[in-house]
Amino acid sequence: MVFIMTEITEDKPGKQILLLGNEAITRGALEAGVDVATTYPGTPSSEIADTFSMIAKEATRQKKDPGFYFQYSVNEKVALEVAAAASFCGLRSLTCMKHVGLNVASDTFMTYMYVGCRGGHIIVSADDPYCHSSQNEQDNRYFALFGGAPMLEPTTPQEAKEMTRIGFDISEQLHLPLLLRTTTRLNHARGPIILNALQKPRKKGYFTKDPLLVTVPSTARVKHPVLLKQLEEAEKLSEKSPFNEIITIGKPKDIGIIASGVSYTYVKEMAEELHLNVKILKLGMTHPLPRKMCETFINSCSSLIMVEELEPFLENQMKALAFDIGSDVKIYGKSSSHFSRLYEYTPDIVAEAFSKIFKVKNPFPKPVFSKIKVPSRPPSLCPGCPHRATYYAVKKAAPKDAIYPTDIGCYTLGKAPPLEMADVLLCMGSNAGMACGFSVATQQKIVSFMGDSTFFHSGIPPIINAVHHNHDVVITILDNRTTAMTGHQPHPGTPFDGMGRPARLINVEDVVKGCGVQHIEIVDPNKIKETTAAFKRALEFKGPSVVVSKSPCILLEVQRKRKAAEEIQLFHINQEICKRCKTCIGRFGCPALYFAEDGSVHIDAAQCNGCGNCVQVCPFGAISAEGST
Amino acid sequence: MSKKISIVLTGVGGQGVITAANILGKAAVKAKTGVFVSEIHGMAQRGGAVVCTVRMGGVSSPLLPSGTADVLLSTEPVEALRNICYVNKKTKVITDINPIIPFTVAVGGEQYPKLDEIFKEISAHAELYKVDALKIAKEAGAVITKNTVMLGALAASGVLPFKPEVLLETILEDIPEKYKDVNKKAFEGGMKAVQSA
Repeated sequence: MVFIMTEITEDKPGKQILLLGNEAITRGALEAGVDVATTYPGTPSSEIADTFSMIAKEATRQKKDPGFYFQYSVNEKVALEVAAAASFCGLRSLTCMKHVGLNVASDTFMTYMYVGCRGGHIIVSADDPYCHSSQNEQDNRYFALFGGAPMLEPTTPQEAKEMTRIGFDISEQLHLPLLLRTTTRLNHARGPIILNALQKPRKKGYFTKDPLLVTVPSTARVKHPVLLKQLEEAEKLSEKSPFNEIITIGKPKDIGIIASGVSYTYVKEMAEELHLNVKILKLGMTHPLPRKMCETFINSCSSLIMVEELEPFLENQMKALAFDIGSDVKIYGKSSSHFSRLYEYTPDIVAEAFSKIFKVKNPFPKPVFSKIKVPSRPPSLCPGCPHRATYYAVKKAAPKDAIYPTDIGCYTLGKAPPLEMADVLLCMGSNAGMACGFSVATQQKIVSFMGDSTFFHSGIPPIINAVHHNHDVVITILDNRTTAMTGHQPHPGTPFDGMGRPARLINVEDVVKGCGVQHIEIVDPNKIKETTAAFKRALEFKGPSVVVSKSPCILLEVQRKRKAAEEIQLFHINQEICKRCKTCIGRFGCPALYFAEDGSVHIDAAQCNGCGNCVQVCPFGAISAEGST
Repeated sequence: MSKKISIVLTGVGGQGVITAANILGKAAVKAKTGVFVSEIHGMAQRGGAVVCTVRMGGVSSPLLPSGTADVLLSTEPVEALRNICYVNKKTKVITDINPIIPFTVAVGGEQYPKLDEIFKEISAHAELYKVDALKIAKEAGAVITKNTVMLGALAASGVLPFKPEVLLETILEDIPEKYKDVNKKAFEGGMKAVQSA
């Protein structure tokens, strides 16, 4: 049985609790008796895995069995493979990742559909319309179409739980991994959840050999038609799926709306607020589409309004269906410019489009704007963040036109002034690959940056590439002992795993050495002079060099100090010595430092995390520890 | 269908805005009213501007249309102004008066408006309630209870579809025994600040 620790693991069918969309997905998996869950963390998916981790850690602490196996894998591709193997043994598995994570796992994903699964397997893709915390807003529904995966799209946390729970059955019935496609506004929405009973996990499976699991060309040619057959079966399920339904608002005649995902919630509420008479085809199983159901719906409409965030995934398919059945239905959507392919939708966007299409008044007041300019407040590197010290040292060591390829993590925030230490970013691990290319294409010096978790994820192959081809680059690994940005998850460089069990720690520098790097510098970035000197040596070295900048994330340090009841050292500025040269603010850029109205510089004690790096930065020795003279 | 209530919570990443939204959601479940909360995680939490929405009653959507907030609760004055698009004349804007200056002011040469101007601008569009959460929290006995002060202020606004006691009870559930009293005091202090305004 699943280990009970909080409401989320309670076996109380019918009880109502408040859960985050992501937590609801975890609960749904527990209700389906999930055996193996894997991930690589990424916003907005992280809390699905973090909830598994939290349950497992508490079980480990109490020396009990959590009922499932969980792992933060090294990257999304490995995560999918670990869970796929469990499925081949007949176990139920779940793999979650952010949308771009599926790009990393796509090689596995595409052929996995040919092979098919045995135990039910849910693959969660958390898409991020508006790029709240992502480098793009790709629409992963096309992966379902591309690979041939059945797909569900929830509209609320309650539905996310149900689709996960029932999704396992669908996956098992079809022998296909199922894509649960979510978006930020669902992952990070909280709503009431009605609990179902928890199902007993299967625990250990058995691998029965089958030559058709080996996808040599002759197998692939056999398996592709099998996949198409399975998708025909999936379409039959879609026709009967309770997740595809028609909802009526007012007294509808021949105007229909088709919506999926969170957009549906805006459609329903705005249709009611605008007193429309419409029928809504709410699609929850969006691949394969319930063709007959859609054709019947199209046939009953003279006008059809398509409301879906991002790409015209449903719209284009509906157009094709309308063509096939010779319908002259008028379709409003992205192609008619009533809806955008960009960003998140909102109730405002949907109300505005409806008021144009239905020629009714938008009942909501025009939004008011502030006449006063509001200062921007983007996220920034925390006070005391060791990355700031590393960047400061590199800036002192490198020539002005040096190129700084960066990567995915907190350190991307080094893009902001005054540091401006990010010149180009594509995806996880891209820093070092691009560094190699720059060294071929220019005479400029190159210093690239990646975090420790990114290093293990996809940063190692480009280092090997740099060594083998002798690229003249400096590759920096910002080793803060955690996956900070997504919520401090462990990685292979930490001495414990996602279940809170002791794990073998893999040293970044040992791996780098193993890759054949000849010049390796290991620095503590909080010693700014030494760090600057190390980067100078690395830049002078002809060929690839690696600097491992080691210092734990300041948030973990502060947490550790608080737990140990250690004081956090405060610092102050001696106003008699301070020349207001602005080095600490204008060049180092710690957000705990500020100008008072008279132009004097001070340290905000509430924000300072006590790193003391500003003491080293001040050219006049005006900053010192509180309590010292 | 029960009346819709929309609350917008704003502040700065790290101030506990998401926790406050979560507490409101839990209280609504306890009071058996419909509820839908929306949060922003990730990048926004590194000191960036944060917006959460809590909607209660017969709502389908986690987000609200512009100009339809019943309350805009802000833990920082300029963040209230940043989200002024959600208010109408009847909206109660309850804000802490203690500013947190963004780094773009020191580094990027942007201006943090004078507090009086911020409050004047908010008052031009909505009903303003100023709360010195820091002072009230200090008086209650712990600076860390600032958000409890703000939730007390919200409870006193009369907008919530349940009694203030339900909210206070929900806040106290996850708080260790020894801090319950200060939080109770902070909550009551927040209530008073709005009642006497």
